[in-house]
Amino acid sequence: MSEKTGHNWNAVVRMGLLGGAVAIYLCLAGLVGTFSNRAMITGILSLGHTMLVLAGLGTGFLAARRAPGGGVQTVIAGALAGAILGAMLALLVIVGNVVNLRAVMLQASPELYQLLTFGLGVAGFWAPMLMGAVLGAAASLIYVLPPTIRRSLIWGLASLLVWGLFAGLLRTPMLNGVLSGLARFLFGPDGLTPIGAVITFALFAGGSAIWQQRGTAVRQRVAEMPDTPRRTLLVSLIAGGLIVVILLPQALGPFVAQVIAYVALYVLMGLGLNITLGFAGLLDLGFVAFFAVGAYTVGLLTSTAEYGIAQWSFWAAVPFAVVLAMLAGAFFGLPILGIRGDYLAIATLGFGEIIRILAGSDLLKPILGGPRGILNIPKPIDGLAPGHPLAGPNQIYYLALIFAALVAFVATRLRHARLGRTWMAVREDEDVAEALGINLVQTKLWAYMLGAAFAGLSGAIFAGLVGSIFASSMQLFVSINVVSLIIVGGMGSIPGVALGAVFLIGLPELFREFSEFRYLIYGYALIAMMLRRPEGLLPSRVIRRELHVEAESEAEASNVAASESSAP
Amino acid sequence: MHASWVERLTDLSISAFLWTFRVVVVLVVVVGSILTLAGGKYSSAQWLDLLTSGITTGSIYALIALGYTMVYGILRMINFAHGDIFMGGAFGGYFTAQALLQSGFLNQSPVTSLISIVLIILVAMAVATGLALIVERIAYRPLRTAPRLVPLISAIGASFVLEYSFRGFFGPGIYAYPTVEVLDQNVPVSFLPMKWVDVLVIGAAIIMMAGLYLIVMRTKMGKAMRAVSEDKDTAALMGIDVNRVIVMTFAIGAAMAGAAGVLYGLTFRQVYFFTGFIPGIKAFTAAVLGGIGNVPGAMAGGLFLGVIESIGPTLFLDGLNVPSPNQLKDVIAFTLLVLVLVFRPSGILGERITQKKA
Repeated sequence: MSEKTGHNWNAVVRMGLLGGAVAIYLCLAGLVGTFSNRAMITGILSLGHTMLVLAGLGTGFLAARRAPGGGVQTVIAGALAGAILGAMLALLVIVGNVVNLRAVMLQASPELYQLLTFGLGVAGFWAPMLMGAVLGAAASLIYVLPPTIRRSLIWGLASLLVWGLFAGLLRTPMLNGVLSGLARFLFGPDGLTPIGAVITFALFAGGSAIWQQRGTAVRQRVAEMPDTPRRTLLVSLIAGGLIVVILLPQALGPFVAQVIAYVALYVLMGLGLNITLGFAGLLDLGFVAFFAVGAYTVGLLTSTAEYGIAQWSFWAAVPFAVVLAMLAGAFFGLPILGIRGDYLAIATLGFGEIIRILAGSDLLKPILGGPRGILNIPKPIDGLAPGHPLAGPNQIYYLALIFAALVAFVATRLRHARLGRTWMAVREDEDVAEALGINLVQTKLWAYMLGAAFAGLSGAIFAGLVGSIFASSMQLFVSINVVSLIIVGGMGSIPGVALGAVFLIGLPELFREFSEFRYLIYGYALIAMMLRRPEGLLPSRVIRRELHVEAESEAEASNVAASESSAP
Repeated sequence: MHASWVERLTDLSISAFLWTFRVVVVLVVVVGSILTLAGGKYSSAQWLDLLTSGITTGSIYALIALGYTMVYGILRMINFAHGDIFMGGAFGGYFTAQALLQSGFLNQSPVTSLISIVLIILVAMAVATGLALIVERIAYRPLRTAPRLVPLISAIGASFVLEYSFRGFFGPGIYAYPTVEVLDQNVPVSFLPMKWVDVLVIGAAIIMMAGLYLIVMRTKMGKAMRAVSEDKDTAALMGIDVNRVIVMTFAIGAAMAGAAGVLYGLTFRQVYFFTGFIPGIKAFTAAVLGGIGNVPGAMAGGLFLGVIESIGPTLFLDGLNVPSPNQLKDVIAFTLLVLVLVFRPSGILGERITQKKA
């Protein structure tokens, strides 16, 4: 019995070995070493160590779940798995001191070994083992605790992680204001101060405990509210959010404003691809082509430098950019509309690459400037004094925000319109849709053209933001970024696009020290998303239903009462 | 009445558009070729040179394409990470070659060179196979019954993970493959502008493809593979361990890609974490060209693509006075991909599959 369900010592040992492999991978891929320069808790814990600690805790937790018996056995299982993990790291240190691993693995450096042994060198090989055992045991203790306390502890730890990451970012703007004392008290140069860590942990663990006691009651009360006050609550929440969004760049300074402008730009592009991919189900990996068309159109029409042809204002050029991008959508869409599924992805990827190569080639150099690009593109609102609230990236932020809101509105309306419903029908089943009298070519073409138009708009704003365009900005990565943010956010869902952009574009931009590992984390995020939550973080209802047919119908019956009472 | 009129007009304009597309491509190819050949700028030796390098690159594409085709044939899934498996093989080969170079075995005599190369290729195959099995286990196997977009995106994620893990392991720098002196010498046949490395690449590719063909056509495992690609459920009912067959397919495809990685390294003399991307896409193009799911097709498609890519820029574009036509090599390859997908989705040798709902 116990062997069948995987509750035995073998499984525990295997868990430890797996955790060790993961930990060694983290070390050798450079994550631990690179992030050891960044503190989570100033002077105590670096981010590099945090990753190993998390690996240890996770391994211990999963091993505890596989323990053959309860109580002491669980704790032993956690400690054992953690110790195995530590032993593998110790082995790495010992082997690394005998053999020159560095000839192959760049990261297998003496610094890494010092990190792993807490500065003790080879003689301290026992240190990671002991640490692993302690962490594993701690995790298994968390596992055996009653759920309320367990959840509170996990919340506390998770909040430490989040605040530790954000501390540096929050500290800089706070130092200038009335909150500077608080900022110094809680946040170090990066990471939390030890006192800050204790306070954060206590606050969030306590908060979680209270919410677990009272949460259902609060939710119940909101649900039972009469319609009018509930609407007031909703409206005031939205209005509050809006004010935050508007004041954000003013409060957090130009760097953050630039990052948010970037996010808004990607939201715009994401909304465009959301029509093609999310609504109509056409995977386009060459979306950057339309972005390029928009950007180059604005560049050519407005630039005051070498390749500019008209020197128009930004506003006169934007409609042209959008229309041209739309035409490009038709031009590229027409030949490949008959292609299905994955083939479409590859064909569009080919188109994207063709555009990028052509834009940077000598062939089009007399028109597009080749690799040197187009320079001196004026800002949308030009000639403002440097101190003006709309100078610099701020105006792009507001511009992108306004356009994003507009496009989101259009997209919502489209989705519920006849066209939107035909898109969904085509996405669900082309053959059935065709049998129902839907003209596949027209439907898909519209999806393509509208998606392209939004991407063109985004490209136009990008040209205004950066002030110059190069063929090298039109990398395939832009397309992949957009696809990823839609997938992570939730296909077909408009709030999902915004959330995905914040996660995938905003966070990596904010944490520059991650930039080296940005796409590594992307990759894992995509795989994890597909394995655990293929519908995305904020899915549209239809797609969720589609991806969880069986699970939903089972859960539906039991959840009807709960979901009805908890729906806002 | 009104709607049908509009529809007919759209259909008409679409087919007009497609025809224009065809005519333009044919015009560029024909006129460009005639002008280039009439211009007489290139000697026949130069053409032969281009042809050899095309065949060499094409053989490498063909080897990678086999992995795409086999996996697609069985799972109906584009293994987007396949190019990075190839890169992993190239890295595995690089470190083996480096070790052999340092021990002096690599360039001791032609015989030791040959043994070394076999050894390097075997290590690369093992590394690539290992990588592919890990990727399959983690990123693909749990998604076998999911809608088709899901594994594709997971594969894109796996591709990123492989690329940037290797970047983490070995850094962003470019590693120069060690020189094997024998391979750098010319073949002692006066009219063939080939080095031994070209012979090695072409020869190794032929041997491996022949081996693969025999495996697929003559062994029990090959039979099981063909059965699973026909119909998974029925194959399972016939007592075939579908899971094992799928794993084997990934392993064999990856082994081919790993070998191709070494051949690529020996030909182009460099490898870095992003090496796999472009050859991967090209090889996919080759697989589509030959008709995806079709093993001999992948071989033919690879060779065809390699040759077109090598000769095409000069032949089609030089006569039209396009400046630095070699920049547009990839444009030709991708245009070819789109052309095949649009006008002959079945590929050169394959069955009609892009429109078929699998």
